[in-house]
Amino acid sequence: MSLGPEASITDESTAPTADAAERPGEKAIAGRSLKQIAWRRLKKDKVAIAGACVVIFLILVAVLAPLLIKWFGHPFDEPHIDQLDPTLSTPLGKLGGISREFLLGVEPQSGRDIFSRIIYGAQTTLSVAFLSAFVSTILGTVFGLMAGFLGGWVDSVISRIMDFLLAFPQLLFAIALLSVLPDTFFGLGDRWSRVFVLVGVIGFFGWPYIGRIVRGQTLSLREREFVEASRSLGARSGRILFRELLPNLAAPILVYTTLIIPTNILTEAALSFLGVGIPPPNPSWGGMLSDAVTFYQIDPMYMIIPGGVIFITVLAFNLFGDGLRDALDPKAR
Amino acid sequence: MLAYIVRRLFNAIITLLVVTAVTFAIFFAIPKATGSDPALLYIGKQSDPAAIEGIRTKMGFNDPIIVQYGKFLKGIVAGRDYANGPDVTHCPAPCLGYSFSTDQEVTPLLMEDLPVTLSLALGAAVLWLIIGISFGVISALRRGTFIDRAAMTTALAGVSLPVYFTGLLASAIFIYWLEWLPQGQYVPFTENPAEWFTGLLLPWITLAFLFAATYARLTRANMLETLGEDYVRTARAKGLTERVVIGKHALRSGLTPIVTIFGLDLGALLGGAVLTETVFNLRGLGYQALTAIRQNDLPIILGVTLIAAFFIVFANLIVDLVYGWIDPRVRLA
Repeated sequence: MSLGPEASITDESTAPTADAAERPGEKAIAGRSLKQIAWRRLKKDKVAIAGACVVIFLILVAVLAPLLIKWFGHPFDEPHIDQLDPTLSTPLGKLGGISREFLLGVEPQSGRDIFSRIIYGAQTTLSVAFLSAFVSTILGTVFGLMAGFLGGWVDSVISRIMDFLLAFPQLLFAIALLSVLPDTFFGLGDRWSRVFVLVGVIGFFGWPYIGRIVRGQTLSLREREFVEASRSLGARSGRILFRELLPNLAAPILVYTTLIIPTNILTEAALSFLGVGIPPPNPSWGGMLSDAVTFYQIDPMYMIIPGGVIFITVLAFNLFGDGLRDALDPKAR
Repeated sequence: MLAYIVRRLFNAIITLLVVTAVTFAIFFAIPKATGSDPALLYIGKQSDPAAIEGIRTKMGFNDPIIVQYGKFLKGIVAGRDYANGPDVTHCPAPCLGYSFSTDQEVTPLLMEDLPVTLSLALGAAVLWLIIGISFGVISALRRGTFIDRAAMTTALAGVSLPVYFTGLLASAIFIYWLEWLPQGQYVPFTENPAEWFTGLLLPWITLAFLFAATYARLTRANMLETLGEDYVRTARAKGLTERVVIGKHALRSGLTPIVTIFGLDLGALLGGAVLTETVFNLRGLGYQALTAIRQNDLPIILGVTLIAAFFIVFANLIVDLVYGWIDPRVRLA
């Protein structure tokens, strides 16, 4: 669901071609697989590696959130009124109350620990972003493959649905849908119920982006000699799909899954910012920014910290995704 | 050509019908499942049963959904009468119904918000096209130089920054700290063009920054691809000046993908730039939709979704027609 910021369109014209597997390594050393070539290229790309390191760091932070909060923070919903100016209810210390005890300061009005809220928010944001990317990838791959491989009326129906979804006022619709769906279900808490609803909505609107690319690649691969050879040897459709086509589609699918994650992070944050994402008092980066709107004139750090964290996270994913695309796509550069 | 246009128009109408049908179904099915009654939303909970029943009959809530949908469509095309015995209210075409919360007609309500969104989207579009394309072209031509790297780093940062964060940051800096701009509010162009301009300047820049970043990246990638084509080499070889080679041969095919994406982006924005409007407190379509969603005001949500879908579909249509003219290789069949 590339609602991202104000529903932008991802740069499709730079789509990688899956020809990669066919081309020999540049220096004409035979027998190097695409994986090896790509890995060599990726290792040389310092910016992409830096992005990857930040991504890994963020994932670790999200996984270890409860421990980190125990060691360095305070429970995320615990108020610390003593840290606030009694008349203005803004943090007492400089820079939004940053101190050794409160690593990223405290919230105005409530005095909750911003560090804990950011860490806890990372857990939610990354879960939503990864799971919804997974949903989009599965749906996009299945429908894209079906459309490209089967052709005919199946192709027309699926293509029409994809066009329709892309021509849909997605952000508006997601907001509307999220506001009418129930807050809790299946006995899950309000936080995880919302995470799953967000995953469903974001994942569902994101699949046509991957579906279109998979369909296009399948269309061109289907006519290639190796598929023809396989078919003339008597291979069934299933074998052609999973053993001949899918491995050749792995590279573009991987690249676009990586690039859809930062978009999902922005979408989740946008929805939380608009008040239909993760329900308070559960922390989310977008929700923190939305709370900061009333305070940014007197306590700018409260706005800069969640905004900066979103920026760094999305940038890291983008850098890594771009690097991966360049590494897997011999046509680029 | 005429047949093509007619067919495309037909497709566009079908898409709009499906969008309204889906939106209509969702907003009638889900409230029914959760047990809320739209008649109560009009009249308030403490009313006597006779009055509620009257509203139900008048607004047609007793009809089956499919009949309600048909009446809704008829209202758009020909206007409709809401009748409960002698009590008749006429709603002229294009009728989108009455707001649940204020009982006002939806169409004039939305028409009031449309100029705000139009001013915001069109102004930003002019900015981002000029900035994005020129930086993209310069980066491609001066590839690897300082300008290229600086522009592309800025662009990457631009696509990673959420618009609600840049918006807050920009207003904090330019309105409150430097006090270069007055506290933004929308003034109609016809009332005071200067105030219209200063009030929209920051929203324009914020929104344009995001899109300019995407467009610069895209333009650069496309231009690099085009500059590597044989016909560009041929053009140079036959002694054309660099200006003609770039301006006439490379730019035209390098920019065609931009046209597609511009149509989609602008179409999506015209249906309400929800985030930008929220951050800058501009009362446009997006803001209206968000308010309506919070109040469960179905007729307004439906109206905005319909307008948004209309713009997206219409923009797509124009893009497809223009495309055949820019790129003669595209057959209009």
